Amino acid sequence: MDANGMNRRQFLRVSGATAAAATAGIEGILEARRAPAWAQGTKLHWVRWVDFIPESDVELKRQMGEASKALGAEVVLETINANDLQPRITAAIQSNSGADIFIMQYNWCHLYQSALADVTDIATEVAKAEGGFYEIYPPSAQVNGRWLAVPHSVVGNAVAYRRSWLKEAGATQYPKTWDEARKLFAVMKQKGKPYGQTLGHTFGDAPVFTYTMLWAFGGAETDKSGKRVVLNGKGAVDSVKFMQAFWRECCDEGGLAWDDTNNNRAFHAGEIGATLNGASIYIVAKRKKDAIKDEKGEPMWQDIDHAPLPAGPAGAFLLFLNHSHAIMKYSKNQKLAKDFLRWLHKKENFEKWFQTQEGYSVGATKAWENNPMWGKLDEPLKMFRTAARNTRLFGYAGPSTAKATEAFTKYIITDMYAKAVQGMSAEDAVKWAEGELKKIYEG
Amino acid sequence: MKKTIAGGAGSAAGFEVALPHPRTSQPAPALTRFLENEGLLAAVLLAPTVLLLSLFIAYPFVMGVWLSLSSTSVGNPGEFVGLRNFVKAWNDSIFRTAFGNTFFYTFWATVFKLVLGMWLALLLNRHFRGKRLVRASMLLPFIVPTVLSTFAWRWMFDPTFSVLNWLLYQGGLITTKLPFLSDGTYGLWCAIVVNTWRGMPFFAITLLAGLQTISPDLHEAASLDGANGWHRFWHVTWPLLKPVTLVVVVFSVIQTFSDFQLIYVLTGGGPANATHLLATYAYQIGVATGLLGEGAAISLFMLPVLFVVVWVQLRYLRRLEGA
Repeated sequence: MDANGMNRRQFLRVSGATAAAATAGIEGILEARRAPAWAQGTKLHWVRWVDFIPESDVELKRQMGEASKALGAEVVLETINANDLQPRITAAIQSNSGADIFIMQYNWCHLYQSALADVTDIATEVAKAEGGFYEIYPPSAQVNGRWLAVPHSVVGNAVAYRRSWLKEAGATQYPKTWDEARKLFAVMKQKGKPYGQTLGHTFGDAPVFTYTMLWAFGGAETDKSGKRVVLNGKGAVDSVKFMQAFWRECCDEGGLAWDDTNNNRAFHAGEIGATLNGASIYIVAKRKKDAIKDEKGEPMWQDIDHAPLPAGPAGAFLLFLNHSHAIMKYSKNQKLAKDFLRWLHKKENFEKWFQTQEGYSVGATKAWENNPMWGKLDEPLKMFRTAARNTRLFGYAGPSTAKATEAFTKYIITDMYAKAVQGMSAEDAVKWAEGELKKIYEG
Repeated sequence: MKKTIAGGAGSAAGFEVALPHPRTSQPAPALTRFLENEGLLAAVLLAPTVLLLSLFIAYPFVMGVWLSLSSTSVGNPGEFVGLRNFVKAWNDSIFRTAFGNTFFYTFWATVFKLVLGMWLALLLNRHFRGKRLVRASMLLPFIVPTVLSTFAWRWMFDPTFSVLNWLLYQGGLITTKLPFLSDGTYGLWCAIVVNTWRGMPFFAITLLAGLQTISPDLHEAASLDGANGWHRFWHVTWPLLKPVTLVVVVFSVIQTFSDFQLIYVLTGGGPANATHLLATYAYQIGVATGLLGEGAAISLFMLPVLFVVVWVQLRYLRRLEGA
């Protein structure tokens, strides 16, 4: 042993591991059975949202110790409110400093493309190992043929509802169409058990509802070129008129001020009978069965079921929150960040996190539909297994570009419905939204 | 009579005064020369302040002006676009709502803070048991971080679990929930209430300090002349309190007009942008959406308005002092 605490043999072993990592990435590290020697104090900073399944964040934070050991550098996970992600990313890009890896939602890669590193190599490896990503991912995380983020997971949404309350209102199953839903929830609202829906400025529940409502009635933001706004048509006007009536007759009108968490709390408190959400309402109700009970004092989770959104005249369509991870160009730890993402997507690591989700998120590839976890889940959660298939992105019928992200970030479609349910005529609300969209797409 | 003092001599009015020998043979040290140069010394002493002001006030301001004149968006430096961002903002219906809201919010919040602050200050200027405790506790809303207290208010106005709705319902005053935050008009008034609650102690304490400088003799003299309470306030207290009041109002207008935290936490600018102020809308466009140029232009709309308000009020203040 020399004065620096390392003899020649050890030095060769460590430098061998570094060389292996440099040439063979995470595989090299694992084969060498030793972490590469990053400069002392090297820290990899990863920012994600605060998960709606708290146990999943606990699992990820636990994994950071393992990742640090495997990679030979400290990996730090920071979780922040999802609504604060975009301001945080903007600040990081403009100051050229901040976290090395950010979670990306939907198609944010288009908006931040100039600041994101090319991760085509990792995305290709993951896709190859798992049989290809869902169709929603290339338009979300690929820009000009290059992957700017590694697809991670998709949060499936469905309507969580109280089985017994629907039965009391005369329904034998969850409505298949919006017209049926309107009749059912009008009865339920009269019984003090309304439908709960946010029309606030939220990243999840509001746009997932409003964009799909627009599509269900045949509405679209743009034509196929994505350059001409076609919102002001029969589809959009009809959908807004329907929403005005549905809101008045069926919904908890406080939803205008809700964020993505209010409907969870309202549902667990027995204030609403149904709401569009991820599986978190069911999962949390089951995990906190002693605290979350129904009006008879029984654990509420036993009375919760899920159903897909009803269909409108044009059909039923889905928009789900998809997640991926991007390495920032300014990061001084490019290689380490890539090695970490490879480590994160190794089956044994991803699976531990995936199983804590219990279906709240599904994987980015169909391979995860076959995970044994699905066989162990309760029936109401099994519908999320294939949730990520056949979903759309905003910007429809055109490509989902940065302009579509801008329209989404300005909440124009959501506000169109919010204005209408507050008293603006459907025609005026659509006209207003059309004007705003034109400034973005045609300006 | 002759006095000699070692070290040199001089004479005045028949006295010979010894003075130190001028050390003409050696030039004064550089430091001494430097310190004796008033202009240079002043520059050196001012430099840290100028540097700090340049770094933290001038640079961001100039940067903000540049951004507002450019098409900069997140990750893209953009190019000079003249006043396009300002024109775009002016033609934006949400901007105009935010612009109107900012005036409405500032005006009513300032009026309420002034009236209630004055009332509180007059009450606290009296002698009663526990006066010090009451004065100290009155400052609590001002001391508690805005984000924290606004979160508490948000819970009180919660659309589903509002304690205020519960109290009003239990008291038989309402039959359906009031849409505190789910209606634009209610939302803005809720924000005004919270702002008043938070800012009133600042008015009260400052006006109280002003009240305590007014000699009780003046009130006694007025009483002897038959003035009632209102007359004493209007003809004695108010004229003497006016300069302090104007300073407080100027500060309050600046802070309220550029308020961000309260709206951001309480309503987030919703529902449907109905409660946005210029600061929150600028943040929404500039930081959240990443259109930095447009966001900077929106925030710069505050500058001329605040400049005019401050200029008019300070001019009035100077006139008062002159009189």
